[in-house]
Amino acid sequence: MSVGQAFLGLLESGPRHGYDLKKTYDDRFGHARPLHYGQVYATLSRLLKDGLVELDGVEPGGGPERKRYAVTSAGVTDVEKWLGSAEKPEPYLQNTLYTKVVLAVLTGRPAAGLLDVQRAEHLRLMRELTQRKITGDLAEQLICDHALFHLEADLRWLELTAARLDDLAKVVRP
Amino acid sequence: MTAPHTPAGGTPLLVGEGLCKAFGPTAALDGASVAIRAGEVVAIMGPSGSGKSTLLHCLAGITRPDSGRVLYQGQEVSAMSDSERSALRRTRFGFVFQFGQLVPELTCLENVALPLRLERVRRREAERRAAEWLERLEVTDVAGKRPGEISGGQGQRVAVARALVTGPQVVFADEPTGALDSLNGERVMRLLTQAARETRAAVALVTHEARVAGYSDREVVVRDGRTRHMEHTR
Ligand SMILES: Nc1ncnc2c1ncn2[C@@H]1O[C@H](COP(=O)(O)OP(=O)(O)OP(=O)(O)O)[C@@H](O)[C@H]1O
Ligand SMILES: [Mg+2]
Repeated sequence: MSVGQAFLGLLESGPRHGYDLKKTYDDRFGHARPLHYGQVYATLSRLLKDGLVELDGVEPGGGPERKRYAVTSAGVTDVEKWLGSAEKPEPYLQNTLYTKVVLAVLTGRPAAGLLDVQRAEHLRLMRELTQRKITGDLAEQLICDHALFHLEADLRWLELTAARLDDLAKVVRP
Repeated sequence: MTAPHTPAGGTPLLVGEGLCKAFGPTAALDGASVAIRAGEVVAIMGPSGSGKSTLLHCLAGITRPDSGRVLYQGQEVSAMSDSERSALRRTRFGFVFQFGQLVPELTCLENVALPLRLERVRRREAERRAAEWLERLEVTDVAGKRPGEISGGQGQRVAVARALVTGPQVVFADEPTGALDSLNGERVMRLLTQAARETRAAVALVTHEARVAGYSDREVVVRDGRTRHMEHTR
């Protein structure tokens, strides 16, 4: 998650203090992982240095919590560029599960059992997320659905792999 | 034969023990066992052709297993007479399938009222209760339409209403969201499981979709006609 760009976007509605930004960010995007204050001020000073935000009046007394930040036009352009660019799809080519399956087959251990255990664990988490989704608001639903679709993809891979274990054994242990 | 899997806490309502069923040379079930408690939503998962539908049909008394037993409230279903078995299906069980289950000549309201009419409930009363269920399933607006005039998602919700209208103890659902897109599938699952939980009906749900199984309390995996049990219970 690009915290910097998210800050810039949030600042488009008007200048804010650091703590206000953190709170808004946490409410909207932080869900499982709220920001640390250190992270907030490090991000803001980087944005300041890059000319993407500017100080919008400093109250007397000094200290980072007194500063109000406003987005610059370069900042707005930066958000626009970020929103318009594709994220790199994460292909997960170095998958721990894959390593486990191959190692199990290689060492003559029951790989099917490993896949069963993993399926149960995935489904357990999917039930939890489904519950959260049913009781949550729309934002919560979208976040949970994103996680659910990814877990489902893992599970489809598990099923496919389970169906190909015999073939895999021939390749891994000719 | 595998020992029947009895989940901790509570006597099971419906039990299948060591179920075997062959179609000619094909062993569709080869010693499958399941136990379902009252009010529990159990997902029956597994690859295509593994025997999920056959298992569901055996549990529901639609298919007679070659060997093994099905017990409903401790009573052996395969030992019942045909009329006892069909009475059990009519009064205690509800069914939702993938598609094509509504009577095309009847309106949706009449479709939902049908199981009650078969139980000799008067038309006015049956349609009143049917209308209530259509409302719960959020499809009141299709009450007067025929199945050919509504969408697949609406049809599945009507089918769920029909399955629940008699207040069944067990709802058997075979890929109830199979023909729907994600959003409609989710909606059917949410409404089905919500309604089942409120009425304390157990649900035996066949699905190969993990997101659909996310609405269950527990899964039973069928592979080559045999069941594997995972012990995760919510
Ligand atoms: N009425 C039937 N006549 C002949 N063979 C059948 C019959 N019903 C099922 N089978 C066979 O029994 C096996 C199990 O079928 P079943 O329909 O139970 O699988 P399933 O797990 O429900 O598959 P799917 O996910 O594709 O619906 C399959 O090999 C199928 O071809
Ligand atoms: Mg089937």
